Amino acid sequence: MELLAFGDTGWGDELFRATLMTIAVSITAMIIGFSFAAIFTPLKLSKYKSLNLIANIYTTVIRGVPELLVIYLFFFGGSGAIMFVASMFGYNEYIEINAFITGSFAIGIISGAYSTEVFRGAIQSIDKGQFEAAKVLGFSKFKRFYKIILPQMLRLAIPNLSNVWQITLKDTSLISVTGLVEIMRQSYIAAGSTRDPLFFYSFAAVLYLLLTFISMKLINKLEVKYSRGY
Amino acid sequence: MDFDLMASSLPKLLNAAVVTLKLLSVSLIVGLLIGLLFAILRLNKNIFVNQFAYGYSYLFRGTPLLVQIFIIYFGLGQIESLRESFLWVILKEPYWCAIIAFALNTGAYTSEILRSAFQTIKPGVIEAGKSLGIPSKIIFYKIQIPIAIRQSLPAYGNEIILMMKGTSLASTVTLMDLTGVAKYIISTTFKPIEVFIVAGGIYLFMTFIIHNVIKFLEKKYSFNS
Repeated sequence: MELLAFGDTGWGDELFRATLMTIAVSITAMIIGFSFAAIFTPLKLSKYKSLNLIANIYTTVIRGVPELLVIYLFFFGGSGAIMFVASMFGYNEYIEINAFITGSFAIGIISGAYSTEVFRGAIQSIDKGQFEAAKVLGFSKFKRFYKIILPQMLRLAIPNLSNVWQITLKDTSLISVTGLVEIMRQSYIAAGSTRDPLFFYSFAAVLYLLLTFISMKLINKLEVKYSRGY
Repeated sequence: MDFDLMASSLPKLLNAAVVTLKLLSVSLIVGLLIGLLFAILRLNKNIFVNQFAYGYSYLFRGTPLLVQIFIIYFGLGQIESLRESFLWVILKEPYWCAIIAFALNTGAYTSEILRSAFQTIKPGVIEAGKSLGIPSKIIFYKIQIPIAIRQSLPAYGNEIILMMKGTSLASTVTLMDLTGVAKYIISTTFKPIEVFIVAGGIYLFMTFIIHNVIKFLEKKYSFNS
């Protein structure tokens, strides 16, 4: 137990900060993922074949390639790509992006591909009559989406989004390879310096279980809120 | 775009893909057996037995695969009695540690897939078997299992693809699988995009094959044909 003490003697405070980092990366990645989904879901549902193709390439490639490979691409290629764009604007200094941004972006793009599929499925399973009725009643395009389609879509999407959240949360463990100090990386450091890997990795497992357990409880509440009236 | 690098790294990456496929197939076979066993335990009426099976699947589905590999590869070696037992021959090899972690992980997901497949079998089917006087063991092997396999094919297909992506974590315990070799080439040449295209292409090709095999099996075993 003294291994987990707070302060200089134990690893308690370090692991606590690392847990907060895991939560921060997961939430950032989820938000980045939603932004990607907001772009690609309309493309998937568009009537233009070429737009469908772009969205399909995104979701197929990301879902068919290991997360670790995507993370390596961002880790080794990220600053190169930024520097290339910067050099077009005449900035030629070396740019290093920090591990948090690279990591959240890599996980966010992965999570976005799953979210896109979830939103597409949810919109497609809304009754066609709802779209037609909204049109007939003269709602503007904007209102049609925000007042009629979005609330119904959320109700259908939340159970699957909770899966996406679980996947995202667990995927953040892979960012440890880039050196960002989240649960996995901190356990690796602690295990190395105390020579007690069994304890620290098991503790990491407990932390992840706790995170998934708590988030499941919260999502269940959301689910109840959005299913009012059903 | 460095096409020479892409061409020269292709054979190395294809060789590494064989390692990935080996890891995948061994863990899937072991995982399927574990999954079937735990699905049956989950359906057992004894509360301790089914809660044990539930705990297993909760534990392995609620934690990242990376943690599981690290516990098995780095953690188990710490236990003295284990290091002196015959099991150490297996557990000191990163290859077998990775396979044990993968098999236990996919076993947990497979048990959930199979359990829900067993539960969605219509009771009428089993009752029909009973009223025909078929012993319940034969009902299980000849009626319930084939229906469950058919029911779980789409979900299991996804699980195979997820597991294929999961094998990339073997590279974190020094195994040179497809991702391991890709990372090595990236870190020696600093050409991430070229290597990503080739390695990603190989992964996508494998995904494509698995996807189509499952689709073919689904058609073959569908109830309507």
